[in-house]
Amino acid sequence: MTSMFAGPPRMSPRRHLLCSFLSALLLASAPALHAETPATAKVNTTGLAVADTEVTVGQLHSATGTMAISETGSIQAEQLAIDQINAAGGVLGRKIKVIKEDGASDWPTFAEKAKKLLVNDHVAAVFGCWTSASRKAVLPIFEKENGMLYYPTFYEGLEQSKNVVYTGQEATQQILWSLDWAKKEKKAKSFFLVGSDYIWPRTSMKIARKHIENFQKGKVVGEEYYPLGNTNFNSLINKIKIAKPDVIFAAVVGGSNVAFYKQLKAAGITADKQMLLTLSVTEDEALGIGGENLAGFFSSMKYFESLDNDNNKKFVTAFKAKYGPKSVIGDVTQAAYLGPWIWKAAVEKAGSFDVDKVAAATPGIEVKIAPEGYVKVHQNHHLWSRARIGMAQADGQFKVVAESPELIEPNPFPKGYQ
Amino acid sequence: MSPSELFNIVAMQGFAGLSLFSVLLLMGLGLAIIFGQMGVINMAHGEFMTIGAYTIYLCSHLAETFSPGLVPYYFPLAILLAFVAAFAFGWLAEWLLIRHLYKRPLDTLLATWGLSLGMQQGFRSTFGPKEVSPTLPDWLLGSWSPTDGLDIPINGLFVMVITLAVCALVFLAMFRSRWGLRVRATVANRAMANATGIDTRRTDRLTYAIGCGIAGIAGAAFTTIGSTGPTSGSLYIVDAFLVVTFGGAASLLGTIASAFSIAQVQSISEFFLTGSMAKVLTLSMILVILMMRPQGLFASKVRR
Repeated sequence: MTSMFAGPPRMSPRRHLLCSFLSALLLASAPALHAETPATAKVNTTGLAVADTEVTVGQLHSATGTMAISETGSIQAEQLAIDQINAAGGVLGRKIKVIKEDGASDWPTFAEKAKKLLVNDHVAAVFGCWTSASRKAVLPIFEKENGMLYYPTFYEGLEQSKNVVYTGQEATQQILWSLDWAKKEKKAKSFFLVGSDYIWPRTSMKIARKHIENFQKGKVVGEEYYPLGNTNFNSLINKIKIAKPDVIFAAVVGGSNVAFYKQLKAAGITADKQMLLTLSVTEDEALGIGGENLAGFFSSMKYFESLDNDNNKKFVTAFKAKYGPKSVIGDVTQAAYLGPWIWKAAVEKAGSFDVDKVAAATPGIEVKIAPEGYVKVHQNHHLWSRARIGMAQADGQFKVVAESPELIEPNPFPKGYQ
Repeated sequence: MSPSELFNIVAMQGFAGLSLFSVLLLMGLGLAIIFGQMGVINMAHGEFMTIGAYTIYLCSHLAETFSPGLVPYYFPLAILLAFVAAFAFGWLAEWLLIRHLYKRPLDTLLATWGLSLGMQQGFRSTFGPKEVSPTLPDWLLGSWSPTDGLDIPINGLFVMVITLAVCALVFLAMFRSRWGLRVRATVANRAMANATGIDTRRTDRLTYAIGCGIAGIAGAAFTTIGSTGPTSGSLYIVDAFLVVTFGGAASLLGTIASAFSIAQVQSISEFFLTGSMAKVLTLSMILVILMMRPQGLFASKVRR
């Protein structure tokens, strides 16, 4: 853990001089050796931190504070992808160097660090942010300073920017197909919507309600929001017992999430009596909730650690080799892993590190090695991806029980759902 | 809805209120002792609860690794250990930090807040930033259902029993022991207590450590209903302060009355309104009553 956040190795000034002298000599004497590496002046016309052998990118997550619980996985996955890209020769012949900044779970700090990365460090791309609040805080800076942000979390949609690539699902991708699955496979007609009280659950539940009522002709028998950090759900559970929904549709987050599932179990609401479908429980959250409190409930994500394909097996093996056999990989961790790969592909397609050219080259980029399976970037900078339903197991893993047959088109501004 | 269903819901909702009452009381008790008896505003209260929670996690981990047969029985011992761990940390914190600030009560607020941030990062560096889940014994999971459709949460019952026990012990200690006598004398008149030969500094340190130890027990008990992570303690701190302030800072009876009324208002309004609105209603009620009675529900009779 600590080594991850240590600074880059320092060279003494004299050694540095020697190194640059030597490399200059090498470059001058052996141009043929670098034939495949395009000249820096050509691939970088806007003054980014791109050198002949190195390109600098930024990583902006919360390594400290409340959100460190969630963001640690993303930090690890992005670092893994960058290491792998470097081991395979880097991007346009240049090794990726990372500047890590800590947003410390504080949105103004995110904005300040984003500005530092773009204005002082001139990084070619930034992998970062987790909560919508932090993304909203840095978005104006990325648009003004013309930076590139790769954002990993599934989120509420209603946003699109030339300067952001969204590698997680937007709300409709996560919600609509899973509701249709519940209706078709589980004959669900009535739903009880529960969420923490902030923008993502509220927007998600709004979309869910429209879909249930207008498109499925089903019934929403309750809709409840609890303040972030709420730890007492007994009254809510009694209301659910009165309403007797076919499905509890839940988007509770953070410490509340743990309290919610522990108290559900204690109130006798278990998977054999009640179906529950959640948008906010990945393998990461299951660590804290405990598999025995979740077993049999369903989660709607695009990725589960247990996915059975060759890409994923390689990814899981590499991740556990680097971060220990006990580490788990959640949906967002996988989405964060895609960021550096998408950036690399876009840079190579554009033949340039310039942000405008990279942004223009981004739509249509395909990631064939994605652990979740093949994904493609849409014109709107979101990903075409499959939706999946996982059933929680007692060991905290999920068994994939359903998968959308096609890639689902990202639609951050869904008509008829607002 | 049939009459039996109605009865079940009323019973379960009544239990929900009582269960919230015991949670609030347990989290407020340690704080009430420290704040009420010493005037120290302990912002690190939540983190002492987290120490208790992590003690449970460590014990469950040890039990699982070394003798899985012990898993059903480790919990009571782990709760005692949680008290000991939080007590020891509290003792240390008082000696290193708090005792230098007794004459500057507002600075204790800042110092203990700093302490809480430091402790949070300490947990993060020691146990990792992700939440953990202690393996709870099977008898603590699930519900007790005397009739069909009536489910009484076992973890709620368990927290209730712990709260009763801790309350009884605190009252015994406060009103039947030499320590309690010294504490009450110190609160009533520090200079005079000193003059009669009571070592008030030692009394303060013990009081602070006991308050922290009780927070440790609370944190340990709450692993059955809530999360265990570096910032879990911060989920409880606001509610704990509400209970203590509303009850009247120096009164244990006030803490009980306040926990009871807040719990009832909250759980009843949660049932009829939405979760966020219930919170608004509860907080407004507290605000209005505190405007009329700034000293809280029960004010202690102290000569000033």
